[in-house]
Amino acid sequence: MAQPVHVELGRRYHFAASHRLHSGKLSEQENDRIYGKCNNPYGHGHNYTVEVRFSGSIDPATGMIANLADLDTFVNERVIEPFDHRSLQDEVPAFREAVPTTENLCIEIFQRLKTFPRAKLEAVRVVETSNNSFEYAGN
Amino acid sequence: MVYLTRKLEFSASHLYHNPALSAEENRRVFGKCNNPHGHGHNYTLEVTIAGEPDPVTGMVLDLKELKEILDSEITQRMDHRFLNYEVAELKDQIPTCENVARVIWNLLEDKIPQGHLHRVRLYESADLFADCYRYGAKGAA
Repeated sequence: MAQPVHVELGRRYHFAASHRLHSGKLSEQENDRIYGKCNNPYGHGHNYTVEVRFSGSIDPATGMIANLADLDTFVNERVIEPFDHRSLQDEVPAFREAVPTTENLCIEIFQRLKTFPRAKLEAVRVVETSNNSFEYAGN
Repeated sequence: MVYLTRKLEFSASHLYHNPALSAEENRRVFGKCNNPHGHGHNYTLEVTIAGEPDPVTGMVLDLKELKEILDSEITQRMDHRFLNYEVAELKDQIPTCENVARVIWNLLEDKIPQGHLHRVRLYESADLFADCYRYGAKGAA
């Protein structure tokens, strides 16, 4: 092997949740103007896809950067269980303050997953609809 | 810099087993993937070449050429094969998505006649993939 290769493991997870885009820092009219339909007081929902990418050395004994069972347990406990079939601004503490845009969702998921002990979290990408996706790499 | 991506699919079988581990350890670490008869996937490979478009042809790399390279290096080597037993480059390696992607990177890196190999992304399923980059060269997608 000539040059060393940087390898990342990518995994996708899915959850469904509702949210309402509304900022307490803005007036009713401004919220309506900025967020439009997404400001509907009853909220609305999406099928979200979360893509995570981790880097690390490949363990020669297993051929793996991280054991998928360990990774799945970690992501399920920290993100999927607390987010799936929930109302993000009502049931996820971070979104009582922050507006649950998918930008902020990326950052929150990154914070929840960056302590995975077996590999380095490189990036979190969240697909909100087939037309919108957002990515955060921790900086 | 322009990034050109070509996609191809191949189907192959594999199993995960490390002879240095006991039968119980193999089952614990690899789970269903340790089934001695193997199992298979439809793999999707995305190969991204980075380069400047040639001023005459407007191409980073002629897609026909890339297609031929991918066919001879990857499809003929891996399509409808049992990766553990029929792909020499994977001998003595567990054919995980990470290792297969790295083998593909090493097979292709020196064979790209124009531009350079930027990324290899190998999907084992829609929800599991591995990316390879030259170390330190990770930049735009």
